[in-house]
Amino acid sequence: MEYIIIIISAVFVNNILLSQFLGVCPFLGVSKKVNTALGMSAAVTFVMALSTLVTYLLQYYVLVPLGIGFLQTVSFILVIAGLVQMVEIILKKISPALYQALGIFLPLITTNCCVLGVALLVVNNEFTFGSDPHMLNLGQSVVYAVASALGFGLAITLFAGIREQLELNNVPKAFRGVPISLIVAGIMAMAFMGFSGIV
Amino acid sequence: MAKESSFKNMVITLSVICLVCSALLGVVYSVTKAPIEAAELAKINNAIKAVVPECNNNPSEEMMKVEGSVVYPAKMDGTIVGYAIKVNASGFSGPLQMMVGFKTDGTIYNTSVISHSETPGLGAKITGEIPTRTQIVGKNPASSNLTVTKDGGEIDAITASTITSRGFLRGVDAAYKVFVELQKQQQPWEN
Amino acid sequence: MGKLKLIIDGIIKNNPTFVLILGMCPTLGTTTSAINGMGMGLATLFVLVLSNMTISAIAKLIPEDVRIPSYIVVIAAFVTIVQLLLQAYLPSLYETLGIFIPLIVVNCIVLGRAEAYANKNSVIDSACDGLGVGLGFTIALTILGFVRELLGSGSIFGWKFIDGDGILAFVLAPGAFIVLAYLIVLFRKVTAKKA
Repeated sequence: MEYIIIIISAVFVNNILLSQFLGVCPFLGVSKKVNTALGMSAAVTFVMALSTLVTYLLQYYVLVPLGIGFLQTVSFILVIAGLVQMVEIILKKISPALYQALGIFLPLITTNCCVLGVALLVVNNEFTFGSDPHMLNLGQSVVYAVASALGFGLAITLFAGIREQLELNNVPKAFRGVPISLIVAGIMAMAFMGFSGIV
Repeated sequence: MAKESSFKNMVITLSVICLVCSALLGVVYSVTKAPIEAAELAKINNAIKAVVPECNNNPSEEMMKVEGSVVYPAKMDGTIVGYAIKVNASGFSGPLQMMVGFKTDGTIYNTSVISHSETPGLGAKITGEIPTRTQIVGKNPASSNLTVTKDGGEIDAITASTITSRGFLRGVDAAYKVFVELQKQQQPWEN
Repeated sequence: MGKLKLIIDGIIKNNPTFVLILGMCPTLGTTTSAINGMGMGLATLFVLVLSNMTISAIAKLIPEDVRIPSYIVVIAAFVTIVQLLLQAYLPSLYETLGIFIPLIVVNCIVLGRAEAYANKNSVIDSACDGLGVGLGFTIALTILGFVRELLGSGSIFGWKFIDGDGILAFVLAPGAFIVLAYLIVLFRKVTAKKA
């Protein structure tokens, strides 16, 4: 039950992009076409699940026991950068087709703040998923990470669909490009606010 | 120009950078450790001071754990005048960390919200002087129904933030349970 | 002339928020009030100047292939320093900015300036560049925070001039996107006339 609440909460209610503003850069950058948006979401989901798993273990089995919590940011970003590199190399070797589809997005993910953001959130914050506030355990953390990535994917794919239509319209000159996209994002954020309070 | 990217060079460079950075951070950490702890303690102390009657001990030094919650006894010349109980409740969009102060007879002296992640302009009002918080002052959870009016209680919720208000009152209730447990554990002081 | 131009370029021609559209996450996430925007901007400014200087100083010693990881570690170290200092001396600001402080690491502005400017230029020039871009970012965030606070809570730098609530949507997520969109349009109009 709790897993379902986590998923609904992370995908809709506290959508990582539209209500927590994590991952806005790729949101604006690679959302011109639905296909690229889908590729980016798949890559993000994969990396996010993996990096949250590794950073969770790193936090509780290395940083906390050794009392070097202040190295959190440095070590997390190194882990993420390393993982992205590794995924890239492995993917190239074992699945060239998948690599071709996701390859160009992978380097971008290191600086996608939603990956580091989620990794930090799950070890630093308490969550309230229908019960008393508590720290997430390993399983919940990974589910939360995957659900957040799905929320990211949902928002970016919907957004890309709208932007494809937008291309065909006559937008005032000063609004072309980023401003009109931001306004669309604002309206989407408003729509997602409708989900608040359901869990 | 940049050094050649041989394997040895790369490993050495990265290790040196990591070592230097970690050492630097270690130094900064040891310098800021005391002020960070002081800032956190000051925050707790301010919250305690706001919720218990005047006292002349240092409640944060005499903290104790009851039912998993932290309790800070406030004493005036050695006699207990009240307790500040720290509880963690669920707000609308995250945990609501709060301090609830009781007088020795169980009436609520005051409350204070230590940290929250409620919506600015809506649930975040819980930190201010609002009816939800002022109405419970002086009441005893044993004899009053401290829930929001929507749930049949006697407390007004924050407009458009019923969930935050409910979470807050549930926190007060949890603190009262700790208070009752505390009374059971210690000899009653009234007699 | 030279150094001053570098700084002014960072504020206007290369304004990270209004022109380059970089570092959107903290821009949108922290600007619920003018003070918060300014605090976030200044924290980023601090990291930007120091990381630019350090990277320009050590760029020649770093092999090409480990360039990016090295820069990231340097930036992360400065970010952690800011984080610890804020936690120690400005705990309330630290709490408001929350997760966005460690996220300065992945702010594309910082890595972007390291890669595009600092590793090719002198320490002093890189410092000026960092200062300019950082100031541009701070000013943009302060303006964005100012407008959102004005409309959303009806106050200016914390001073409330109306009773009750403002237009709440502006403090919440949708307002962030929409106000930023209009500010970019405004910025484009103003700078287009000058040019």
